[in-house]
Amino acid sequence: MSQSTSSGTAVSTARTPTAPIRAGSAPVQTSRRAGRSRRSRATSLLLHGTLIVASLVAIGPIVWVLLSSFKPGYAVQSTNLTLVQDPTLANYRYVLFDTSFLRWLLNSVFVAAGTMGIGIFLSATTGYAVSRFNFPGRRPLMMVFLITQMFPVAILIVPIYTIMARLGLINTLPSLVIAYLTIAVPFCSWMLKGYFDSIPTSLDEAAALDGCGPFATFWRVVLPLARPAVAVTAFYTFLTAWGEVAYASAFIQTDNQFTLAYGLRQFVPQYNPQWEYLTAAAVLVTVPAGLVFLFAQRHLVSGLTAGGTKG
Amino acid sequence: MRTVTVAPASPPPDRRLARPSRLRRSWDRNWYAWAMVLPVVIVLAVLIFYPLGRGIWLSFTNLNEANQVAEICTKSITGGEVCEENPNRWEYAGLDNYVRVLTGEVGRFWEWTGITLIWTFVGVAFHYGLGLGLAILLNRPMRGRGLYRVLLVLPWAVPAFVSAFAWKFIFNERFGLANSLLTTLGADPLPWFSERWTSLFTAIVTNVWLGVPFMMVALLGGLQTIPGELYEAAEIDGASPWQRFRAITLPGLRPTSMTVILLGTIWTFNLFPVIFLVTEGEPAGETEILVTGAYRAAFEGIRNYSLASTYGVLILSILLVFSVFYRRALRKQGEVW
Repeated sequence: MSQSTSSGTAVSTARTPTAPIRAGSAPVQTSRRAGRSRRSRATSLLLHGTLIVASLVAIGPIVWVLLSSFKPGYAVQSTNLTLVQDPTLANYRYVLFDTSFLRWLLNSVFVAAGTMGIGIFLSATTGYAVSRFNFPGRRPLMMVFLITQMFPVAILIVPIYTIMARLGLINTLPSLVIAYLTIAVPFCSWMLKGYFDSIPTSLDEAAALDGCGPFATFWRVVLPLARPAVAVTAFYTFLTAWGEVAYASAFIQTDNQFTLAYGLRQFVPQYNPQWEYLTAAAVLVTVPAGLVFLFAQRHLVSGLTAGGTKG
Repeated sequence: MRTVTVAPASPPPDRRLARPSRLRRSWDRNWYAWAMVLPVVIVLAVLIFYPLGRGIWLSFTNLNEANQVAEICTKSITGGEVCEENPNRWEYAGLDNYVRVLTGEVGRFWEWTGITLIWTFVGVAFHYGLGLGLAILLNRPMRGRGLYRVLLVLPWAVPAFVSAFAWKFIFNERFGLANSLLTTLGADPLPWFSERWTSLFTAIVTNVWLGVPFMMVALLGGLQTIPGELYEAAEIDGASPWQRFRAITLPGLRPTSMTVILLGTIWTFNLFPVIFLVTEGEPAGETEILVTGAYRAAFEGIRNYSLASTYGVLILSILLVFSVFYRRALRKQGEVW
């Protein structure tokens, strides 16, 4: 995998900037597009070949798990390499009906949607304040955001547990929402701040002249322009909450409060995993995340751009 | 404060108010920004900095599951409850924990650090290398670009623990896809988890698979901010493709690269689920990184909270030192960040 892609890198570096000479300043997109006609057949083949191999590596494991989830238990654990063997829905039936699947799904949706909604709001206001106002404490706040990313959660989970217990939040879903916000909001604020930086401040000024207060400026003018970055934030916060297991295993104690990710891990014994159920469970956990992804993916690149560059 | 100016209050009627204190002026000017960041600051203070402070304090004690209670209560025959002070109550222990960890009396700090460094360096190098390569490929106009992009970013949408299980499934020694493929190709199946380096290899593969999409997307965004005119100008000047890559692409990507490499390093360093679920430290704890090793050392058997905190503080310190040096190195090259 690494070999094919590294050769691809060399090729692409050799060919990237084949923009022809143009009068005036053409936008990036058009000037690059003109390179197409110059690409030789061999290069084109190599380019697509590399990308196809990379795509196969990217989706291979997912497809393999998906295929395995339709096999009966003995076939999952057989040494013969088969793509489809005695397809059955038994694994799904077990996961869906012999566990509290629906309950867990609802819990997860509640936690993920809560984290997403509150997370977007908090990171947007924070990102905007850090981007537009030069207030005392601005730089330390940015540093703090970075430090929170260094927090070894697995190790320091006990003091956090103590606080949750003191707040009476143990075994409740809001405890998870709060915990996930601490993971997601710093990174999202940082990303949104970068995106807000790329929106001209003259727009804010115009809005202020038209009589918008600072909040109205933010809410009605800047935020709608930042839609790609908001989409990425939504994706990131959702995913953080959807797949997290460590906090869930620490804070949640009863079956009816499990999140999907934690619940589906539960019924798989630690030493003798039942792979056939596990594969079905993995597919079921991934599908909603995949749906959110499909919704957000159009915006991923432009949304993350400024966030990544402006740090 | 660039954009919104708070209108000055009507002329102060009183002389005492004519020159408000600096604090007051700062408040008038900044209350709005502070109000906007306040919720985040509160949540972070309660859930990050209080636990951090408490963790630092705990690392100087000997608190564990067995000695955490202040009083031991026993039910007497008459039904009443008799409580007496716990004689083995937890107490301040000075640097004991640090000494025990750093001398290797508990856990294998230095070995784990070594593995963590290899794991982080290799992981981030592949994330960045492959991410950059794919981003450059994807940045070219071609048929099916949108489809490639969706497929290549897809691993990001899979929850980390699901991917960990998927890869453990693939590397299963008896019926995993990896060994089936090896057998089909005529090679001997490998006992992946019974040797340190093959075991670490499986974890690194999982991590690379997980982490490339983020890098790729971020770098693709970075590539799109580089103005095309630079390439045109360079071409007029007769720069070779390699020269253009060195002189335009890499410098143009610098701001993005700095951020994603720093974040990638921090994330990989602390990446718990992959090692914990894929290699489980096999064989015999030889592939533990710091977070997972510390987790097992502190939480298997009697939960040792003070030891966990000690490791937590050490890990955080390593990352803080790293980021300080990282920033300094960048600043020396004229980067203001």
